[in-house]
Amino acid sequence: MQVPYTVNTRSDTGLYNAKLGIWLFLSSEVMLFGALFSSYILLRVGADTWPHGYEHLNIPLGTVNTAVLITSSVTMVMAWASLMMKDFAKYRRYLGTTILLALVFLVIKGFEYAAKFEHGLYPSTSTYFAIYFTLTGLHGLHVIGGIIVNAYFWGPGSKMWKTDPDRFTHRIEIAGLYWHFVDIVWIFLFPTLYLL
Amino acid sequence: MRKYVFSQDHKVIGIQYGITALCFLLFGFTLMIMMRWQLAYPGQPIPLIGQWLGDANAPGGIMLPEFYNQLGAMHGTIMVFLGVVPLAVGAFGNYIVPLQIGAPDMAFPKLNMMSYWSYFLGGVTMLSSFFVPGGAANSGWTSYAPLATIATTGQTFWLFGMIFLITSSLLGSVNFIVTIVQLRAKGLTFMRLPFFVWAQLVTSFLLLLAFPPLEAAGVLQLMDRLAGTSFFLPSGLVIAGQPLHVSGGGSPILWQHLFWFLAHPEVYVLILPAMGIVAEIIANNTRKPLWGYKSMVYSTIFLGFMSFIVWAHHMFMTGMGTVISAFFQTTTMIISIPSVIILTALLLSLYGGSIRFTTPMLFATAFLPMFGIGGLTGLPLGLAPSDIHLHDTYYVIGHFHYVVAPGTLFALFAGIYYWFPKVTGRRMNDVLGKIHFYGSFVFINGIFMPMFIEGLAGVSRRLYDGGQQYAHAQGVLHWNVFMSISAFCLFFFQLFFIINFFWSMKKGKKVTSDNPWDATTLEWDTPTPPPHGNFIKPLEVFRGPYEYSVPGKSKDFLPQTEPEKV
Amino acid sequence: MEEVHTLEDIKQQVRRYILVFTALLTLTIITVTVSYFHLSVVPAIIVAMFIASIKGTLVASYFMHLISERKFIYFILILTGVFFLALMTLPALHHADRGLV
Repeated sequence: MQVPYTVNTRSDTGLYNAKLGIWLFLSSEVMLFGALFSSYILLRVGADTWPHGYEHLNIPLGTVNTAVLITSSVTMVMAWASLMMKDFAKYRRYLGTTILLALVFLVIKGFEYAAKFEHGLYPSTSTYFAIYFTLTGLHGLHVIGGIIVNAYFWGPGSKMWKTDPDRFTHRIEIAGLYWHFVDIVWIFLFPTLYLL
Repeated sequence: MRKYVFSQDHKVIGIQYGITALCFLLFGFTLMIMMRWQLAYPGQPIPLIGQWLGDANAPGGIMLPEFYNQLGAMHGTIMVFLGVVPLAVGAFGNYIVPLQIGAPDMAFPKLNMMSYWSYFLGGVTMLSSFFVPGGAANSGWTSYAPLATIATTGQTFWLFGMIFLITSSLLGSVNFIVTIVQLRAKGLTFMRLPFFVWAQLVTSFLLLLAFPPLEAAGVLQLMDRLAGTSFFLPSGLVIAGQPLHVSGGGSPILWQHLFWFLAHPEVYVLILPAMGIVAEIIANNTRKPLWGYKSMVYSTIFLGFMSFIVWAHHMFMTGMGTVISAFFQTTTMIISIPSVIILTALLLSLYGGSIRFTTPMLFATAFLPMFGIGGLTGLPLGLAPSDIHLHDTYYVIGHFHYVVAPGTLFALFAGIYYWFPKVTGRRMNDVLGKIHFYGSFVFINGIFMPMFIEGLAGVSRRLYDGGQQYAHAQGVLHWNVFMSISAFCLFFFQLFFIINFFWSMKKGKKVTSDNPWDATTLEWDTPTPPPHGNFIKPLEVFRGPYEYSVPGKSKDFLPQTEPEKV
Repeated sequence: MEEVHTLEDIKQQVRRYILVFTALLTLTIITVTVSYFHLSVVPAIIVAMFIASIKGTLVASYFMHLISERKFIYFILILTGVFFLALMTLPALHHADRGLV
């Protein structure tokens, strides 16, 4: 018993199942981060004073992290393109780079967090820090999730390339869509928290 | 073990959801039975079970206010999130939708299995909260800040439980939408879908897009409780004479916005699958097509859309400005239109039908006036001026229970009686079914109708003593006894259902055909019960879902998959 | 996928990816530079969000292939966008009174 359209696309929708599935999931994620952004707006509008991002956060580090994530998005889509060109070795190099860049992002974030804690700045310190840690923390959890998924596809999951290359290519496309979404969230997070 | 416990077959998962949900419904009902005792006879020891509740909850069998609050919060939470939605969507949706669209299973069987177990974990978390110090969550199913923030440990369990449940719903909704869009059989266009499938499709969109803000809010409340943040804690909060040592600057209103952003669409999640079930059963038992199928479909889609922009009608009493108040009143009035269209279409579907009053049909027909009362009583709540008097009174409880209890629950019972033969190959006993129906119908009205009277008199909800301390309540308090006795009787009549359900599984009258109700939709085209993969021959659909009594045909029904005779 | 991906198609897409990458880095530098001017709150928000929107659109359109995606996906995203906007704007209007907005 096979579920149809896992690899081939259905003719009237033009989609394969996982493609539709991941976009639906990403829509729900838009609402999840949206709720946090909405909270940020309400809290900031209702606050007597609200610090500027540059007062508390390290903009150069944040900028580097933005560049890191954008680059990892490029390497992610290149990993998929490599599979489309049937180049497995290139795929592994690009995906490996994506994972490494993601780890760099987390390390930098870790430095930032540690610096805050050293100065006695915690989520409980103020609503600014509460929303800063929560927004970046949830984003960070999503980065970790992406790393785990990508590592699986770099390692044990890559066996599927030999048995079902089309399905495997789809999986990397799907993983890529998730990863690009994580990048987009940061594209909005960075100016909101660091620059405004 | 792997085959059944961690099955990826949508039918097994549907049954898992169904049994689990029915157990939670019974448990949630039991919590309310205890509350109804306290409301009718405040301060009296609870008979039979009072002694087992423990001194922390009910010393000498007499319910403490703290325990009453736990029962209230958990009754709501369990009925909505562990009972009705898992039954309506998880059980009926999972079992029936792939069958009705001619699919071999859901699009993502593994994800489906994970959805069920996430739900199960959420349920275990919720139930275990009764046993922690301070007991279960006790700040209402709405968990408003700041009360919920400073509440006992049970609230933390509630929050973690909700995260499991929300995850389950999100995974499930993705699965449903992809399944319905991608796996429809050949010839099954969207406008040939049974209304039940449309209802589940729109419901899934509601779950997908409305739940995440509550998940975010739950994380924020957890941070307030565990990490000392002040997302929902305003500055200057004083508790028991002591200022709370937090940063402050937060907003209790923020919690309400995020909570109701989900919780309003959630009520449409509660009703839409029920309307779907009622539509199927009415068409089948009137032997004629549904009146206004297209209107019903468009109304459902419009209703789903509007449901996202009405939420603050739950917040009229929070000091909202005129702009936002007017906006939400307007959208709320607008959303009543599609509701009325759907109800009217279902009512008109009865006209001119050859009605067979089978047990499912009794429940399905009763749904109509009961949902009507529920819907109409919502109107004064949706208008801010009248809501000033009715907000947080028993009127509200009466309103929403009419929609969910003699509304949705009746529809779900109808669905169980209707599809039981397909799942088990046996019919449920008709006599027991009719006793279940008549007894339930009478006594469920006995519980909820007087609530409007109490609410109009100004009796607040969530009062441990039922309003005894208030002078304005004195004239109506005698209804508490009437309602409680009705509740105990209603409980009694559910025994007929429980016995019937289990007895019929083994000893019910075997059906002699795969299509014992002479229905038209695809789920009746399978062997009974359907095997793994569902359909043993390739399918094609030739017509709409309700071709009953087509003029010139020899049978009074034309199944969707039957080819046109050349 | 319906569109047959020839080697040439992919190579063309790769060229696009590099272009988009360059644009994204440039826009990042721009938005950070502008922030050093310490504009007042409202203009600062408008500029920052405008640039972020362009960046986000580029990632979505080209890395996520949205520019050539199916109608149903667009429908889901537009629906989500509407509700996202409702969630962003309505709670913030909580205290707004007629005439003061």
